[in-house]
This record gives sequence, C-alpha cells and structure tokens, in this order.
Amino acid sequence: MPSTRTSADVAARQAAAPILSARDLTVDFKLEHGWVRAVDGVSFDVRRGEVLGIVGESGSGKSQILMAAMGLTAVNGRCSGSVTLEGQEILNASPEQLDKVRGSAMSMIFQDPMTSLNPYMRVVDQLTEVLVAHQGKSKAEAVDIAVEMLERVRIPDARRRISLYPHEFSGGMRQRVMIAMALLCRPRLLFADEPTTALDVTVQAQILDLLNGLVRELNAAVVIVTHDLGVIARLCDRVIVLYGGRIMEEAAIDALFETPRHPYSQGLLAATPRLDDDTAHDLRTIKGTPRALAGQTAGCPFAPRCDRRIERCTAETPALQRLASGRAAACHLVTS
Amino acid sequence: MSDLVAGSPPSLTSSPPVGQSPFKASWRRFSRNKLAVGSMLILALITMACFAGPLFFPYGPQDADFENISAPMNLFSIHPFGTDEFGRDLLLLVLDGGQVSLAVGFFGAFVAVLIGVIYGATAGYVGGRLDNFLMRTVDVLYGIPYFFLVVLINIVVGRTTGGLFVSIVVVLWLTPAVIARGQAVSLRHREFVDAARAGGMTEGQIILHHIVPNSLNVVIVYSSLLVLEVMLTESFLSFLGIGIQPPAASWGSLIDDGAAAMETDLRLLLLPCSFLVVTLFCLNFIADGLRDAFDPNER
Amino acid sequence: MLAFSIRRIFGAIPTLFALITISFFVMRVAPGGPFSGNRKITEAVLANLNKAYHLDEPIWMQFGRYLWGLAQFDFGPSMKYRDYSVTELIVQGLPVSIEVGLWAMLLATVAGIVLGIVGALRRNGMTDLSAGVIAMVGLAVPNFVIGPLLQIMFGLELKWLPIAGWDGSINAKILPILVLALPNIAYISRLTRASMIESLRTNYVRTARAKGIGARRVIWKHALTGAMLPVIAYLGPATAITVTGSVIVEQIFGIPGIGRYFVEGAANRDYPLVMGVTIIYGGIVILANIVTDVARGIIDPKVSYE
Repeated sequence: MPSTRTSADVAARQAAAPILSARDLTVDFKLEHGWVRAVDGVSFDVRRGEVLGIVGESGSGKSQILMAAMGLTAVNGRCSGSVTLEGQEILNASPEQLDKVRGSAMSMIFQDPMTSLNPYMRVVDQLTEVLVAHQGKSKAEAVDIAVEMLERVRIPDARRRISLYPHEFSGGMRQRVMIAMALLCRPRLLFADEPTTALDVTVQAQILDLLNGLVRELNAAVVIVTHDLGVIARLCDRVIVLYGGRIMEEAAIDALFETPRHPYSQGLLAATPRLDDDTAHDLRTIKGTPRALAGQTAGCPFAPRCDRRIERCTAETPALQRLASGRAAACHLVTS
Repeated sequence: MSDLVAGSPPSLTSSPPVGQSPFKASWRRFSRNKLAVGSMLILALITMACFAGPLFFPYGPQDADFENISAPMNLFSIHPFGTDEFGRDLLLLVLDGGQVSLAVGFFGAFVAVLIGVIYGATAGYVGGRLDNFLMRTVDVLYGIPYFFLVVLINIVVGRTTGGLFVSIVVVLWLTPAVIARGQAVSLRHREFVDAARAGGMTEGQIILHHIVPNSLNVVIVYSSLLVLEVMLTESFLSFLGIGIQPPAASWGSLIDDGAAAMETDLRLLLLPCSFLVVTLFCLNFIADGLRDAFDPNER
Repeated sequence: MLAFSIRRIFGAIPTLFALITISFFVMRVAPGGPFSGNRKITEAVLANLNKAYHLDEPIWMQFGRYLWGLAQFDFGPSMKYRDYSVTELIVQGLPVSIEVGLWAMLLATVAGIVLGIVGALRRNGMTDLSAGVIAMVGLAVPNFVIGPLLQIMFGLELKWLPIAGWDGSINAKILPILVLALPNIAYISRLTRASMIESLRTNYVRTARAKGIGARRVIWKHALTGAMLPVIAYLGPATAITVTGSVIVEQIFGIPGIGRYFVEGAANRDYPLVMGVTIIYGGIVILANIVTDVARGIIDPKVSYE
C-alpha cells in the first residue's frame, strides 16, 4: 500500500480542500458549581483519504470535539466557534439540518458496542433504517445492502445473523456491526470515538485493520479519538495531541513518534513501554494527575506537570505555532 | 477510565473534609432540604398537638356539651371548631383520633422494621434455610394484595386497637426484611466481615455490630415509606369500619363518619381530612428528603 | 412463548393455594362465628345449624370439602344472606366490579403514559408541571379522602354528577372510575416520565441520533420501547392497587360490586363470603402479574424463554 504517512505525503495532501474544518472550537458545560471548559479553542482540518488521530488522556476533552461536530453535545453544554463540513457550517446547526448529513455524509462509531446498539431492536432494523431514511431504499433493497455490508465486515453467515438481536453477538462482532452501520451510506467523513477500547486486546487489531481497509476504499476522511498510542501508530496519518482541552502538538505520525517537540508529547511517548527497549528501568510516568477541569486559568494547561516549565508558562497561555513541514506546537520552549 | 461522554459531563474532584462519617454527611445533606425539615417541624407540631392538646380540655372527646349542640366554628369560643350533633367538641375529637393514627403509624412501622431488619439481616447473612423460608414466603405472599391479608388476620386477632396493630405489623414486616436481607447478602462478602471474623467476633456479634448498621442507610429510607403505608392501611380499615371500633376513633373512622354526614355538615369531614392529608404530605416530603440524602443509589 | 406462559401459570399456583389455605384457616380460627351474634338460639338449633354448615366436622375435612367445592366454582353458602350462595352473590357483583376496574386501569395507563411522555419531552412545561401536581395529590392523598371531596365538589356544589349510586348511566360511573384510577395515573405518569428521560440518555439513543434518521423516529421507535418496560412491569402491582382501591370506592359511591361484600362479610364474620371475594380478587391480581410478565417477555428479547 502506498505510504500516506510521512511528512511529505501530508504536505502533498494539504493542497486539496479540507472536508472538515474546525476553527476555534470551544465547548463549555454548566455544572452545579459553574461553567467548566472541556474544549478550548481547538482548530484543525481533515482531508479525504486522511486519518487524523486525536490523542489525549481521559478528561482531555477529545470525545467532546466529536460530539460537538455531530451535534450530540449534552443539553448542559454550549459550543462556540466554527465547524464546517464541505464548506457548510454544522456547529450548532438545527437537528433537521444535521439529520441530512448525519449517517450519510458523515457518520460515527461509538466506544462501547454493548450499550451503543439498541437492545430491543433487531440488527437488521437498525441497519436498514439508515438506508431507508437517507437513500429512500425499499426495505427489501436495504436488507440486501445491509447483508452485503455485514459480509464486508466479516460477519459469518450474515444473512441469517442479521435478524438477531444485539445481545446475541459477541463484543467484537457488535463493533463490526457498528462499523457496518456507519459505512452503509458510504460517508465521506467518519468519526471514531475510542473504537477498540472496550474490546479484547486480541480483537482490537482485527477491528483496526478492518477499519483501515474499509476507509481507504471509500477514500473517506477519518477522525479517530483515542488514548491508546498503539491505535494511533497503526491507523493514523496525522496526530493532534490534546491536553486540558487545548492542542499541544500537531504532526505527521512518523514525525511525532520520531521527534516529539512538546514536553507533553515527549512524556507520553516516553511513558509507552516498548518491546525493543533493552535497558532495564522502571516504567516512566508523567508526574501529577490529569488536570481537573476547573475554571479558566492563564498559562499552559500542562505547566503544573511539566518539568521544563519556566515563569512564562504559568503566566501566559502559549499559542499554537505553525512550524516547518506541517507541524505545530503550543509551547513557549518550542520556537521553530 | 472513561473520557467525557455526551450526556455525562465531567464532575469536579473535590475531597470531602477529613474525618466525616458518611452517616453524618447524609444527615447534613438532609438538613439542607428545607421542604423535608419544614415537614418534620410540622409533623412534630401535629404530634404534640394530638398528644398534649387534649390535656388542655377539661372534658373528654366523648363528653357531650348539651348546651352547644352542632355549634358552628368560632375560633374564639370554647369550641374553636364547633361541635357535632352529639355536642362533642370537633377539635378534641380530631386530636384524640390523631393519637391513634399517629401511634399506630409510627409505632407499628417501628416494630415492623425492627422485626424485619433483624430477621432479614440474619437471613441474608446466614443464608440457608432461614433465607430460603423468607424468600419463599415473600414469593408466595407478594402475589396477594396485603390489604386482604391484614383484614383476614385482623379478623382472627380481634377488632381492638391492639389487634389492628398486630395484624398490620404481621403483614408489613416482610418488606423491611427483604430490603435488609438484600443489603446483608451484598455485605457478607465484603472484606471487613472476614476481618471481623478473623479478629474473633462471633457471627451474632458480626450481624449486630456490622451488618445491621451498614444496612441502616437503606432501611432508614424505606422506614419512612413504611410509616406512610401503616398509617394508610390503618386509615383504610378504620374508614371501612373494620379497623378501630367505637368509642375509640382514628382519623380514618372520623372521615368515615364525616363522609356519611357530608350533606349536612361539612366540618365533620373536612377537619380530620385536613389533618390526615397534611400529615401524609409531611411524611411524603420527609421520605423524599431521606431518600435524596441517604440512598447510596441516588448518588 | 406458550411454554413461558404455562410455566408462569404453574408458578402462580402455590400463591393461589397459599391464599386459599390462609383464608380458610384464618376464618376458622377466628373467635366467634356467624351464629354467635345477637340473636339467641337454642342449643338444638345451634347444633343443627352447625351440622348443616359442616362446622362440626374436623377441620381437615372441612378444608377438603371446601377445595372440592372450589374446583367446581362453588364457594359455599353465604352465612348471612341465607337465600344466596356465595357463588351467586359473586356472579351478581363481579361484572360491576370488573367494569369499573377495567375502565380505571385503562384510564390510568393511557393518561399516565401520555402525561409521562409529554412531561419527559417538554420538561418543566405547563403539562409537565400540572402532571407533577396531579401526581403529588394522587400519590399522597388516599382515595377515601379524594372520593368524598370530589363528591362534595361535583355532586353537592356543582351538581354535575350524582353523589353516589349506580344506575348504569355514564354519569354515575365517572367519579368512581376517576377516583379508582387516580393513584395509578399518578404513579404511571411519574414512572413513564423518569423512564423516558433515562431512555433518552442512553448510548443507543445517541447512536440513533447520530444516524440522522429524524427526531420523530428516534423518540418513538428507539427511546420509547425501552422506556415502556418498567411501566409494563408496574401494571401488575397497579392491578393490586386497583383491586384494593375498589373495595373503598364501592363503599364510597355505593356501587353494587363484590367489594362491599368483602367489607360486610368481614364485619359479619360471614366466612365463605369473605373467602370467596378474597380468592377472586387474589386470582385477578395473579392473572394480571402473569399477563404483564408475558408482555415484558415480548418486548425485551433478553428475557429468556427457557
């Protein structure tokens, strides 16, 4: 398969217009004690044929980026900024407008296949309703397309199994069903929220490879959110590193893994145990705990845990600076 | 660890003040519920009025004031709410009836809970035949509306206030027992039980000192509802004439009398109704408040 | 499905049997009998009466005799209403009680579910708040308080409806059915509302929204189904409440159903009558529980039929 993952490829692809554009996306939530910011001024682009990974710890706000784009933010949430799909603004659009693109032009795979499928509906009905709603297919046609898609995601005996209920499938198979459901209308953009986190380790690799193959076929743009660097390494072309709701670093996959520029990225990569590491040492960690999303404080969100911080880091929030070859970093210590 | 998921916004991590038992924390939570606290005050007032009030009257509830038959309401007269056709003071009647309603309600619930918790905690903890018997009984009896059981047993034990009390308790101890049993079953596998046993406590001591107190949370919540149930059951029966027998009265029987006289004198109905309804509302708010404050599932 | 139902029915038999047994022995153990009343009867007459009603036989024989009679739907003679057997009395009164009860259950279920759904979809709107008030009243205030109060309001003051009595007209049925339904309307509406809100927050409803199939389909096809499960499960206990309530409601509104026989029988120590009514009522509740169990099995595919 031709490489899509070096900085050169990434740079080449930047020529085409992005299918999804986020500008200054900010998501706040109203809690008992006041407002809390989950996503803070996030901007990025994704193009067709490209897999963008958003990596961060729990609580970094990464899932909320996807929810905001899909119009699924919780009732007590408030989104501002801009998210455009093929030039059309979808952030804070009305449900009617969103329903035209959700499930057809852009779709989403959720984290927990156990609870994300309706336990009271047969799988066939959950699949066909997307086709009927968006493409006006008749029930019979829709069933055929759905069966074919299930075969594509390698569910054995699909024609019989499609009439079963979700609880009669195993976890890995359920996630395949979710993937099939999301790809039925051949979306141009796919969101994936921790697609393998809830699965057995042995199944994870299968699912990732399956997903990889299918989206390359569709030449779809993919935004995948995860805390697992292994998933990123396997699937993504470009990566955004998120902390405390802000982008810390953005780079092509090879570049990030070889030369991380931001102290947080460096910490993350150093903390990942490696099979080829000969030296005997304790697992490296980033000291401190993930930031509790209290109100706004000035300065870099990572400063409290950064062992290279300077005075300026707590006083002034570093902006995301564009560096050479499509990279970016938000750190006072990174200048070029 | 789950990331932020739509529909479950993040919660602030804040550590509780050092050294506060969850029990006390629950009480604090309860005391901040103005509706519940207010209801407790009103309920206390009503209880005091019913038990202490009649002492201020120089006569008894059945004594007739022949000079003032069917007197109308006049808050400044000897009979602030008037009298009935027999010359009995209405307010005194209602306060006196309240003694029975409240006593049966609270005391009945208390005894039912006591029996239920001890049996249920033991059954849940020990398991085996004791537990089996409890759960089978529950399975079989829960198919029957308890009202009928109460009436049947009441017929056996006789139509006195004491008999009424016994028949209600005998039927209503089941629910607290089941709840306590459930708690005991989930507690008996916890490590602190093993620790206690390793430290030399007897099974009986474990039940009394560990299982029961740790079930208290849930029991408290359901006890308040039980008071409501007991009061309602007693009122039901007295209203139908198969509960409290004259000359004794409770709010239920007074409402029965009042309903019969509805077309001639509304006060006979409205006065006991008001007392009963206010009491029931108070109990409801208190029960809600207790549940919000104590029920671990709600948090 | 059929096996499931049959198994449920068999499971209910111990309960029914326990009910019959308890009723029987309680009645026999109770002090006094129907003949130890006010009227003076001579020894000889008493002996004859006891013989006629088999009260002189050992208790096991009496029980066996009773069970045999039950199998033939014969509840024995009423001891107070000498001219009638209990079966005849029940046959007279049951249709009336069932009519009122069924209407009340229907009203409670429909009104409760509608109020609950509207309340969940438009939270804190006018309908939701009014439903909340109705629920509070229906749950806290007992039916023997609401009944007379409504009688005063609609019967005495406004004179729109008869205060009591049963002449088969619709007007006479409105208040009793309403009073009987009220506690269930209250509970079902609160339950539906909470259940619907919970359902709308599930992950699978979120998935449904993400598929762009339209809000209407998300609510009615995805959210509603799961939300209905607790409500259906509640219909069993709701029947028990209706059955218990009907005893009071028939008393208040003078309705010629079997509820009043229960009260009268209890007061007069008319054993067969009380037992007959209790068994009928108990049977109705048991039947309702079986039906709701089966209904739940239909909706929830995870309920196994083994």
